[in-house]
Amino acid sequence: MNQKTRIFKSLGSFLFDNKVMIAFAIICFGAILLSGSPMTFIVDGVFTRITRNTFTVLALIIPVVAGLGLNFGIVIGAIAAQIAVFWVVYWGFGGTGGMGLAVLIASPIAAFFGYLVGKLFNRMKGAEMIAGLILGFFADGLYQLLFLVLIGGVIPVNNPKLIISHGVGVKNTIDLTGNLKYSIDAVRMVDIVTVFFYVILAVTLVKLILHLLKKSKITRDDLILFGITALAFGISYIPVVERFLSTDRLALLNAFTAVLIVLTIIQIVKLIQAIVEKKQGSAVIKPIVLLLVYGVLYALTYVPAIEEVMLFVKLPVLPFLLIAGLCWFNQKILSTRLGQNMRTVGQSLSVASASGIDADKTRVLAMVISTVLACWGQLIFLQNIGTFSTYGAHTQIAQFAIAALLVGGASVQKATNKQAIIGVILFHTLFIVAPQAGKVLFNNAQVGEYFRVFVSYGVIALSLAMHAWKKFRKSEMSETSAMPSQAVASQDAPEGTN
Amino acid sequence: MKTLKTFYDNIGLPRLIIGVFFILLVISSILLGFSPAALVSDVLRRWLMYGTLVLAMVPGIQSGIGLNFGVSLGISSGLLGAVLAMEISFISGWDASMGAGAPWMTLLLALALGVVFAAALGTIYGMLLNRVKGSEMTVSTYVGFSVIAFMNIVWLSLAFKNGELRWPLQGQGLRNTASLAGSFGGLLSNPDVVQATQPKWLQWLAFRVGDLTVPIGLILVFGLLCFLVWLFFRTKMGIAMSGAGENQLFTTSSGINVDRKRIQGTAISTMLGAVGIILYAQTYGFLQLYNAPLMMGFASVASILIGGATVHRANISNVLIGTLLFQGILVTALPVVNKVVEIGALPEVLRIIISNGIILYALSKTKGGNQ
Repeated sequence: MNQKTRIFKSLGSFLFDNKVMIAFAIICFGAILLSGSPMTFIVDGVFTRITRNTFTVLALIIPVVAGLGLNFGIVIGAIAAQIAVFWVVYWGFGGTGGMGLAVLIASPIAAFFGYLVGKLFNRMKGAEMIAGLILGFFADGLYQLLFLVLIGGVIPVNNPKLIISHGVGVKNTIDLTGNLKYSIDAVRMVDIVTVFFYVILAVTLVKLILHLLKKSKITRDDLILFGITALAFGISYIPVVERFLSTDRLALLNAFTAVLIVLTIIQIVKLIQAIVEKKQGSAVIKPIVLLLVYGVLYALTYVPAIEEVMLFVKLPVLPFLLIAGLCWFNQKILSTRLGQNMRTVGQSLSVASASGIDADKTRVLAMVISTVLACWGQLIFLQNIGTFSTYGAHTQIAQFAIAALLVGGASVQKATNKQAIIGVILFHTLFIVAPQAGKVLFNNAQVGEYFRVFVSYGVIALSLAMHAWKKFRKSEMSETSAMPSQAVASQDAPEGTN
Repeated sequence: MKTLKTFYDNIGLPRLIIGVFFILLVISSILLGFSPAALVSDVLRRWLMYGTLVLAMVPGIQSGIGLNFGVSLGISSGLLGAVLAMEISFISGWDASMGAGAPWMTLLLALALGVVFAAALGTIYGMLLNRVKGSEMTVSTYVGFSVIAFMNIVWLSLAFKNGELRWPLQGQGLRNTASLAGSFGGLLSNPDVVQATQPKWLQWLAFRVGDLTVPIGLILVFGLLCFLVWLFFRTKMGIAMSGAGENQLFTTSSGINVDRKRIQGTAISTMLGAVGIILYAQTYGFLQLYNAPLMMGFASVASILIGGATVHRANISNVLIGTLLFQGILVTALPVVNKVVEIGALPEVLRIIISNGIILYALSKTKGGNQ
């Protein structure tokens, strides 16, 4: 009996905590059924959009942790990326090298912009979101000034393919085919393995030298990592493997199998550890259950319908590795000193300053990181989409990224990698099926298109309102219990448990 | 020297720059040979066109909800009132039965419907804003966006009969831009319309003196609205509302229900927004549906800030000066820019930079000062 109520309770709180996500999942499911689109189309579209957008959504997480709320200012990072892309295309560079150059140009610009935005936000604490939103529009104005008036008008530029015929201003769209299109997507796996091997080799050598000089110690983990990389590098020379790796796209089925194999190995290692250390209970049961689940999942790929979808969808490898890398980075930075400082600043400015943290500096740093990440995210987006809409590519980016993050169940004060990824999947599923569903339901595809825009605005409005309401109620409660002057202080002290 | 400093402090750097810029634009356009009378007519027209929408900001700011980006709610109500009035007028054949009176009836019905919708929506919206005190601006911006997006679906689903409103070949959905030429377009402001459709005794509503167009009707209506708002803030209710916006604790202790005052302020702001968009459409001659009003709230906010309002205080003179400067720059910049550098996009770019720059400046002032 007791057990039962506990299960119900935890189920209830799970449903309540994830209400936005669940509601959205139901809408998506309904829209998929209504649209009647083939699964291959939907899954393929969703994965394309995951490639394009996840990086940018993940760039939002650090400012949330640092208490800056949802960073509407990522538009500025995107602008930095687009400035770089324009010049790289103008100078005639292309391919992976051209993309490298774009990254080299864009990153310092984005870091500088992020620094300025952070400085500005420090002057407007508590109003960062509205400021960021307006700042995005303002920056868009300056961007248009640069692209419509200054380029050609003041800066001499001569390229009829890029410039409007009368010589002033950049054209509406820039075709990236043949220069930057797929310059990240099309990197071959074998190249990634090679580069990764040499990087690890260099790092290990440096560590070894430092070890010999007795400056620091090389750990066993370092050697294991090097061993695994070297092994992978060696395997990549086996002809069958080499042929497999010399493509740039990975069928979803293969990627899925690979992920399952890695997960299975991890669980087997855990299981063996548990048995060797003679542990009981969940330490043994959990790996076994998970292994069974993996087995079932793998078996499911033999269902013809699923197999068809999974063979149809091809994933570009490098963008997904970059996304995984950013997830890892977001996770890792929280355990560093900087990450801890960010958390403290995000929880309470007064606590942060009492414990000697330079809150303003931490906030600026969070903005710099977020802006640079958003800039890289925009580069991934542009090279995948292949046409650069000069005046439109950046305008909706904050809007859609934030809506996606919120759909995943994040709030103004709490956001995780998991929420970002779930959010992207749900939000973009709706984006893909909504027009078709609208056509079936209202006999008008336009309705579906407007509906998805409405949802993206509405979900932001709703979660901002819920957040503000919670904050207001909290300050009101402390007002009745304590002196009014403290109510103001508690406004910037968000709740610790969320 | 000291008076000069206080003068500068009162005006503030951005307003000084914008004011000087406007004067420079006016001088250069006259030097470039544009007719001063035509220039004045244009500025006057745009000033009155946007005036009421900017006026809608005053009750919001005074009652303490800050810059009402959610005026889109009022705009949507006004547009809904206007399309319903036009449809009713078309179905009941007012043109045939009333002649010259038909546009007047349509205009009045549009205003009445718009204000009723806005009053209802504004009250609900005010209740929402009372629950999100301290974050009104962020929430209201996105509520405004959501409402416009929702109305897009409504516009697309309405199945009207009026040929001016619906798409020619489809059964449902309204046009992006509906002409008001056969209805109340220009009734108060366009001399050509007034001379052609109105009886002799009403022809003073809008007339020409040489190049100068004088839209007396619109001036009277806008003047009346300004006067009413001015008067309202001198009544007991209006003073209480200002008090609620100025100092919550003090007002509560003197027995005024702050929350109710805020709801009233929001509702009045929304209603003025509805009236504002109808007057805007009447001057412009077209009803703009779908995403056209998406950023109108921002333009209104920017105008009143340029006029010297802050996030906490605003009055009628802020409305008049702000709208004149903001719209004046936009009107005069276009011909000047076209003549000098031939970059047609520049005024639009200027509009974006000025309007968002001034909002940003105002936000940084208030929040920075409160630290």
